[in-house]
Amino acid sequence: MALCREPVARETRLNPESVTPPASPIVSFRNVSYHFGRNDIICNLSFEVEAGETLVLLGRSGTGKTTVLKLVNGLLLPSEGAVLVEGTPTTAWDPIRLRRRIGYVIQEAGLFPHLTVAENVGLVPRLEGRPQQDILRRVAGLLTQVELPPAEFAHRYPKELSGGQRQRIGVARALASDPPLLLFDEPFGALDPITRVELQRQFLALRRDLGKTAIFVTHDVREALLLATRVGLMHRGRLEILTTPSEFLRARGEEVRAFLACLDA
Amino acid sequence: MQSGLMSELLELTLEHVGLVAMAMAIATATAIPAGILLTRREALRRWVLGFANVMQTVPSLALFGFLIPLPFVGGIGKHTAILALVLYALLPILQNTLTGILGVDRAVRESAIAMGMTGRQLLWLVELPLAARTILAGVRVATVITIGTATIAAAIGGGGLGVFIFRGLASVDTTQILAGAAPAALIALAADKGLSWVEQKFWPG
Repeated sequence: MALCREPVARETRLNPESVTPPASPIVSFRNVSYHFGRNDIICNLSFEVEAGETLVLLGRSGTGKTTVLKLVNGLLLPSEGAVLVEGTPTTAWDPIRLRRRIGYVIQEAGLFPHLTVAENVGLVPRLEGRPQQDILRRVAGLLTQVELPPAEFAHRYPKELSGGQRQRIGVARALASDPPLLLFDEPFGALDPITRVELQRQFLALRRDLGKTAIFVTHDVREALLLATRVGLMHRGRLEILTTPSEFLRARGEEVRAFLACLDA
Repeated sequence: MQSGLMSELLELTLEHVGLVAMAMAIATATAIPAGILLTRREALRRWVLGFANVMQTVPSLALFGFLIPLPFVGGIGKHTAILALVLYALLPILQNTLTGILGVDRAVRESAIAMGMTGRQLLWLVELPLAARTILAGVRVATVITIGTATIAAAIGGGGLGVFIFRGLASVDTTQILAGAAPAALIALAADKGLSWVEQKFWPG
């Protein structure tokens, strides 16, 4: 899979307007490639994420979307190029400090099965050594924010929750230490359609209230267009296009068309 | 005669339990940290598991025999018996420590790392609590095996309930054999039940 050596088709060039560096990007990718063994996962990727925006990375399975997220929080380091978070390359960050500044929400939430809801949500503040009283107050506030009344949910275990409730707890946990940046890896992928719509609505409400910066990965074009301030379409380890949702609807290119066809289906 | 048997029974039972307790303490204190280390060192894993596996396959009577001529650790007596018992108990504990920790859900481990846990925090807050039940099950299996195997300690002068069994075999005396075998079986049952109870009590599944 020597993806990085494939020529880039002309219509897949990035919209020059949308790659103009903003004033103070929270995240910048500078010519980033990531190889795993002899496979190229990410090829020469460059983009920036501005404070307050929600960048949705859309793409089929195995196009490198998750790898992009892992490059941001230093779970992976770039093979070539540099990933800058708040202006500092991830290779220069203390990985522990970096990750505590970034909330991470994954499919099935990845909650700790041996900890209660309250303990799950309060874990990062606890690792940070915050006083117990502050943690309790913070946890109660977050559970209320994700519409799970603390009196009813704080002492339950993850296995006693529905998929949607678990995902809400996952979001609350990611918000616990008030990180400036949030990463979402297909967080609603395993939910039924109704729960999914509820959680998408909640995501928009939280964004309005908290104004966090987010990178959100999905393979669902509807979800992408609903949540994004900008959509980046990933295909074979590259960004095919990076633009606003309304521009995306008018964009050309085979892969864009393939995704837009899902809207008509 | 009968009261003499009773007091000897009590003495040998205590000796037997002592052998098992000492062997299990050493095996647990070795195999759990070794198991944890092996989850971090994939290259070492094959070699150490291979060694522990081979130890399991050596017939116990032969293993006791092999250890006698060894300098320092060998010879006749309790310490050689305990060493042999430790070698047998290693594998189940090692294996279960590995299985328990490596069995932690990938998504759980990944979120722990992604939320900024250090390696130590990952181990103590996530991996060990989630693996505890499996590790304890390994300790339970090893304990039951060790209680049975410890009857062979008598063959190399290690004492314990095996003294009755070997004496009974030599003199074709079923009562003597039973006096060794029955208490050993009862101790094994009690240990199994006791440790199962602890498993259920602290890590209900």
